[in-house]
Amino acid sequence: MSAKESERFSGAKSLIKSLEYEGVDTIFGYPGGVVLPIYDELFDSDIRHILVRHEQAAAHAADGYARATGRTGVCLATSGPGATNLVTGIANAYMDSVPMVALTGQVATNLIGNDAFQEADITGITIPITKNNYLIKDAKELPRIIKEAFYIASTGRPGPVLVDIPKDVSTSIINYEYPETIEIKSYKPTFAGHPKQIKKACELIEKAERPVLYIGGGAIISGAHDEIFSLAELLMAPVTTTLMGKGAFPEDHPLSLGMLGMHGTRYANYAIIDSDLLIAIGARFDDRVTGKIESFAPNAKVIHIDIDPAELGKNVKVDVPIVGDAKMILKKLISTLKIKLPRTQEWMRKIETWKKEFPLDYEVSGKDLRPQYIVQQLNELCSDGIFCTEVGQNQMWAAHYIRTKKPRTFISSGGLGTMGYGFPAAMGAKVGCPDKDVWDIAGDGSIQMNIQELATVVENDIPVKVAILNNMYLGMVRQWQELFYNRRYSFTNMKGQPNFVKVAEAYGAEGIEVTKKSEVRDAIKKALKSDKPVFIDFKVTREENVFPMVPAGAAINEFVEYGGFR
Amino acid sequence: MAEEAGKALNSHTLSVLVENKPGVLTRVASLYARRGYNIDSLTVGVTENPTISRMTIVVHGDENVIEQVTKQLNKLIDVIKVVDISPQESVDRELALIKVSADASNRSEIIQIVDIFRAKIIDVSPKSLIIETTGSGDKIDALEELMRPFGIKEMVRTGKVALVRGVKLTQFDK
Repeated sequence: MSAKESERFSGAKSLIKSLEYEGVDTIFGYPGGVVLPIYDELFDSDIRHILVRHEQAAAHAADGYARATGRTGVCLATSGPGATNLVTGIANAYMDSVPMVALTGQVATNLIGNDAFQEADITGITIPITKNNYLIKDAKELPRIIKEAFYIASTGRPGPVLVDIPKDVSTSIINYEYPETIEIKSYKPTFAGHPKQIKKACELIEKAERPVLYIGGGAIISGAHDEIFSLAELLMAPVTTTLMGKGAFPEDHPLSLGMLGMHGTRYANYAIIDSDLLIAIGARFDDRVTGKIESFAPNAKVIHIDIDPAELGKNVKVDVPIVGDAKMILKKLISTLKIKLPRTQEWMRKIETWKKEFPLDYEVSGKDLRPQYIVQQLNELCSDGIFCTEVGQNQMWAAHYIRTKKPRTFISSGGLGTMGYGFPAAMGAKVGCPDKDVWDIAGDGSIQMNIQELATVVENDIPVKVAILNNMYLGMVRQWQELFYNRRYSFTNMKGQPNFVKVAEAYGAEGIEVTKKSEVRDAIKKALKSDKPVFIDFKVTREENVFPMVPAGAAINEFVEYGGFR
Repeated sequence: MAEEAGKALNSHTLSVLVENKPGVLTRVASLYARRGYNIDSLTVGVTENPTISRMTIVVHGDENVIEQVTKQLNKLIDVIKVVDISPQESVDRELALIKVSADASNRSEIIQIVDIFRAKIIDVSPKSLIIETTGSGDKIDALEELMRPFGIKEMVRTGKVALVRGVKLTQFDK
């Protein structure tokens, strides 16, 4: 059937047809009373439905799917508790600009507002954490709204869009016709950067002697990695990325500075402080990146490229703001630039000195099982994989020692910092990229926040691998307590950990326990060979810290000096 | 930053065209609440086009705050156009109803003041009367001050509505 033909369908069938037109191949969801008509239609559809064990995981899985593939992720939940369980996942997607359509059931229109069974005002609840949301009151509006939802979610600065569908809308019969085009008079994202601003940027770049490229997640969303590579090599300029920007520039390249900010490399932060020009691309000057804002790049002119005008000048003063799509703007910029010989030889020499003097390091010697060592081995043995992370020390060690080379291969909860994100996100990434090895680098605290998804990955044959860096602490919080609260470990010592190997086995997955450094590589290889989901429980040194570290609110060159590590 | 702190906290009037749909006011109000912007007043009503409403929002802040408010408003899908009309020549009005204690002994004095202000008395009872007045916020403040000694029992103000003077329009060409 073409989109123009009109047939009489129920709202539920219209929804499924619309999702098919949008190219949706997978939905992560959980059924319930008011979405029964939708589930009844899904039963006959070719769309793969993955039954999660908690709706939060449905949203995170849709998020991981979207980040790994670049396509819009879709999750589905029933009304009330089903819908509210999506909230953390939606907020997470909103903070990290992930294209997602969240579908929720709602009680019948005549019951809305009556505190009916399993009623929640989910559109009201999600106003601050969605790019837009809809409550469909009339089934005739459903095709247009679904079309708009996918368009809004995936264009401009992407974000989650929630569509709330009352039960009677699902059962109403309508003349179904999927619109081919949409016209939203109030939504017209800018893609091409303003030529005058691009020219101004070129003038600044041509004069700069100590430029730094500061790259955020927007560069990955835009697919601007090739252009960033060309620009960096053209200028011979160092490149630092945020956590979200990992993968926008290969971290094994000599121009890479790794990550900047609170847990950035010393050389990245020093370069920022000493730079005379900052070229910010799809980055939003988050406080975890800038530290004390007055001390951030104090002598630098700032060029800021972002598709969201509200990000320009929000946190720092910008000399040349350019609104638009990073890839398009960079293409234009590179073709306009007149650079014969890069002027950065001296600058790069300085950076090389910093790199030698202050490398990323940890206590390598001895037999202790250090988490950093494990991540390094994962990086070596699985260099073409996708790495998702949970949140905390595990996330920062992953950011330091997984040397990401390609976009969409490092997936982490940046803005919201959601514990429990990594495992369901890895599930979504593996569904979207079945040919890739997909890892979740986890902490023992985080993994327990959505551990029930072991059932989902086993049932649906989604062989993700989970490396648990098990220090029996809420490690990052414990680190802060050690450094800033006089070692008063208030409720961060997790003594009651389960046997993760047995947990994995109980669900039908594989479990491997590793207690010695010498066992690490074999365990990773064994997990990679297995066609099942695998938990590796690495019993790591308990009180290992993430360094370098800048305390919250300090300037980014004011590192914590502690126990010989800095 | 010293320069930032030195900037005056000016009052700005934003004229905002939005889709005339349920929930839009909540979105705008929640944006202000969430980001800690200080709204002085917010009025909303339908325009000559029944699918579009106009909000007039008066907000205090330095240039950076106003810029962020404008940009964040523009991000809302239902917001069609945001214009800061403060720098332009515009007309603005506010309506107030003031219920004042009044009896035979002071009624004529009140009426005299009301006349000077070209306000109207729209309800009279033996012990009170209601004054209707439109005008600038300053005018309403002044009238309120003069009524205070008589005893203001209740009062309601609509908040400012404003339009740019002359042929210039705040069209939805976003």
